[in-house]
Amino acid sequence: MGAAQTRTENKYQDLAEKTGFSQEQIKNLHKRFQYLSGDEETISRDDLRKIPALANNPIRKQIIEAFFDKRNQHQDEVGSFQEIGFEQFLMVMSHFRPPTLKTTDEEREAMRREKLRFLFNMHDTDSDGTITLEEYRKVVEELLSKSGSIGQEAAKAIADAAMLEVASTNVPHMGPDDFYEGITFEHFEQILKGLEMESRMHIRFLDVDAPTMHCGKSKS
Amino acid sequence: MDFTFSRRTGVLLIIWIVFSVLPCCNGEVPSKPTSGVTIVPPIKPDNGPQAYPDAEKANLPVFTMDYPRIQIPFEVTLWVLLASFAKIGFHVYHKITVWVPESCLLISIGLIVGAIMHSVNEEPPAVLTSNVFFLYMLPPIVLDSGYFMPTRPFFENIGTVLWFAVVGTLWNSIGIGMSLFAICQIEAFGVQDINLQENLLFASIISAVDPVAVLNVFEDVSVNEQLYIVVFGECLFNDAVTVVLYNMFNFVAEMPVVEPVDVFLGVARFFVVGLGGMGFGILFGFVAAFTTRFTSKVREIEPLFIFMYSYLAYLVAELFAISSIMAIVTCALTMKYYVEENVSQRSCTTIRHVVKMLGSISETLIFFFLGVVTITTEHEWNWGYILFTLLFAFVWRGLGVLVLTQIINPFRTIPFNLKDQFGLAYGGLRGAISFALAFTLPDNIGRRQLFITATIAIILFTVFLQGISIRPLIELINVRRTNRNLDTINAEIHCRLMEHTIAGIEDLCGQWSHFYWKDKFMKFNNRILRRILIRDSRAESSIVALYKKLELQNAMEILDTVSGDISAAPSIVSLYEEKKNAGKPKKMFLAADLRNMHDILSKNMYKIRQRTVAFTGKHALPNDTQTKEILIRRHASIRRSLRPGSFQTTKVPKSHKYFSLPAGQSLDSKFPPGRQSFTGDQETMSEVAYPTRRSRFSQPTRSSSRAMMPLRRLDTLKEASSIDILDEIKDDGAKVGRSVPRTNSSSSDSRLPARRHFHSSSDNDNGSSDNFRNVHHEAEGEEQPPSPPPPAWAVEPRDNTVRNPLLRRPQWNPKKM
Repeated sequence: MGAAQTRTENKYQDLAEKTGFSQEQIKNLHKRFQYLSGDEETISRDDLRKIPALANNPIRKQIIEAFFDKRNQHQDEVGSFQEIGFEQFLMVMSHFRPPTLKTTDEEREAMRREKLRFLFNMHDTDSDGTITLEEYRKVVEELLSKSGSIGQEAAKAIADAAMLEVASTNVPHMGPDDFYEGITFEHFEQILKGLEMESRMHIRFLDVDAPTMHCGKSKS
Repeated sequence: MDFTFSRRTGVLLIIWIVFSVLPCCNGEVPSKPTSGVTIVPPIKPDNGPQAYPDAEKANLPVFTMDYPRIQIPFEVTLWVLLASFAKIGFHVYHKITVWVPESCLLISIGLIVGAIMHSVNEEPPAVLTSNVFFLYMLPPIVLDSGYFMPTRPFFENIGTVLWFAVVGTLWNSIGIGMSLFAICQIEAFGVQDINLQENLLFASIISAVDPVAVLNVFEDVSVNEQLYIVVFGECLFNDAVTVVLYNMFNFVAEMPVVEPVDVFLGVARFFVVGLGGMGFGILFGFVAAFTTRFTSKVREIEPLFIFMYSYLAYLVAELFAISSIMAIVTCALTMKYYVEENVSQRSCTTIRHVVKMLGSISETLIFFFLGVVTITTEHEWNWGYILFTLLFAFVWRGLGVLVLTQIINPFRTIPFNLKDQFGLAYGGLRGAISFALAFTLPDNIGRRQLFITATIAIILFTVFLQGISIRPLIELINVRRTNRNLDTINAEIHCRLMEHTIAGIEDLCGQWSHFYWKDKFMKFNNRILRRILIRDSRAESSIVALYKKLELQNAMEILDTVSGDISAAPSIVSLYEEKKNAGKPKKMFLAADLRNMHDILSKNMYKIRQRTVAFTGKHALPNDTQTKEILIRRHASIRRSLRPGSFQTTKVPKSHKYFSLPAGQSLDSKFPPGRQSFTGDQETMSEVAYPTRRSRFSQPTRSSSRAMMPLRRLDTLKEASSIDILDEIKDDGAKVGRSVPRTNSSSSDSRLPARRHFHSSSDNDNGSSDNFRNVHHEAEGEEQPPSPPPPAWAVEPRDNTVRNPLLRRPQWNPKKM
């Protein structure tokens, strides 16, 4: 009993060092993880698809896919998992840690890059390092899919326009034979240069034990 | 420099004032370019010498004057006019208002006018009474800030805003009041007669911050959104809190004894008043929104409903003595979103302009009046009390921000750092509300004069010192900034993507912040509220909205570049210049400007534009034909821009993100004859033109007639396109070589020259965009581009004649061939 306690604590300690979460946060997230997985060691895609709160999210597929994407594990692997353990789960979550007051500017910049990378990976479904027009279009279509009245054509046109915008900001002098194949990460960074990420890509992970922890599944 | 100029403006105004105040000068008035009213002096008959003796009263009067009858509205009008002239004066030279806040200038002018009036023993009109202020001047000011409150950031930071507004104001009032009371116990200052209640009353007056000047600065340097919205929201809600406190202390100050139970009652009342006001506001907001659902037949009185309902909310709240500011602000916040979708574009423009106008007039008057009163009233100057007031106001504000941020920071995703806190604390200017509250203090307050003097002192101090120095300071310490004007489709898409991602991840980890609640509210909103309140309740994605907006800008740019030399479209030109000049665009007006553009577009452009405008109309989503129309235009512009030539044109201004071709640049020269190869993405890129055969474009007559094609085609979309437009087009088509700008039909003409510039290119465009509709009908005989779906990018004229009913008109055919 006591040994098991220490072991989990050691484990948490390790994870805390790896991901930057505090131990309480890890504990909370672990509870959630166990809840989602049904006390299994790993989570599969189906487990996540079952979350009812997620059902209305237009980009549900991409979000779930992001968890199983090896690129989001801070390593240089490509491909995807079939199932992920708690450590991988935390790693993905750690992309959304808010900066603290102590964070230096360089760290902020690095965090921003990381978040952009995460977004980029969500677009780049075939992991070839560029977002092609088709990939982009798919995302836009899904974003607009919930509003009903917008046809696919409008979505397409918007994606085209957006792509064009990227092409024009990044390759101002296109040769006659050039063709803009897709958005690379550098271009991606370029177009979102001025965009404020601070208020948008952060989640305040709770330190304390939240009583609402399990509402996620029961609420529709 | 700045000061010399303001002095110059001031001198001008002095002259004007002198002429208007001194009737004896009437004879020497040179013909000043001011309005005619100034000839009659705004003088009370009992004060000045009567220039017009009423001696011939016995006979039938040929010429009579009844000044007392019109005196009050007349003087008010003159005051407003004078203040407005001052405003014009400031903006003649743009740099003044960058460095010196407008409120400073207004006060300065007021001081000058006050000095003049003082020297001629003239009293300022007694217009600013308590009733006038609370019933007529305050509502426009708060309606203005409530209506233009940026909704999204406000709700994202609502906790912090309310925290600072409510707790911060309480903190300031009580802190300053107590400390001043302590000071009053020192005999050396000679103010022992001010009791605690009066001190608290005074403290509540001067804890109302009014950082209009600061907000302008923040906008200009585009400081981060969180800081901006907190300052904005704080000023709005702390007005409400201040007025509540003011009324409460005003009541308490008259009570001989204050028992402990009164304190509790006071606290209870505080909440009743605040929450009650909010309730009334929401109620009236929904009623207003619901009413505008049915106003589609009476467009001309549509804006009236907005004002009447807001004012009604204000008055009803006032009737029950609950917070009327709270009521009008929540009313504006609630109805804005729904109303703007229900009413027409013009009504929307009207509403925005009138709200802004009334608000700024009220504020201008108060500031102006402040300057006048500073000179003309008798002051009770008490060094000790006033200096300590200044000190305490400063110290408590600083302390308050420090302490309150320490408490709120753990609850914020992005905590405020020290720089933000400095901005918050230093942004605490006192302004119009404080002055008006002090000036309307009842007479039974013993040291009323002292309070007014102290309030004026603190306003002058903060507005001049802090208001002028905040810009350099903010720039110096380099507060975190946000680029709030990133208006690209990509940015919009990714904002949405991020929001959805965050909401999804939050769902996943079972912890919810405002994204979760926003999600829930949006669902509720879409399912229930919009159905009830909005006529056409289909939800519109913000991405689509932005897309439309950009489409419109694109159209505007085409129009601008074309009509730059056309005399008949001065309004557009001026608007364009305004756009250029606005290096620091006022975010709040951006939408309003856009609506102006809508308006101008719908008036000045030929029919296709009206289509576009109708499409961008917020209250209606496009039907299919419109969508197609936009798509065609979009594809045309994509095509145009993807062409190598357009990328190589170095002269393309940066603003032309959408690659509308600038006028005056012929593409012919820039076209390399090579073919553009788009290997991937066949379906989309198939619509993209493949300029393969140069020979096609070298037939001048054809291309020129083709150049007209988009006009024709698009015209036909609008069934009612009038014949005269067609004729004009025909005429113009006939005299292709000359670009004769006509005065009567600015729109269609203005467009044509530009079209002519890129005959060859638009030739292509038309071909393929027509093709877009014809669904690859006529591919035969065309050279096949590498992509499988045959993009026939040149349309045979007969095809068009068949397709377009209008083209069957006989007069088209000969021109075509």
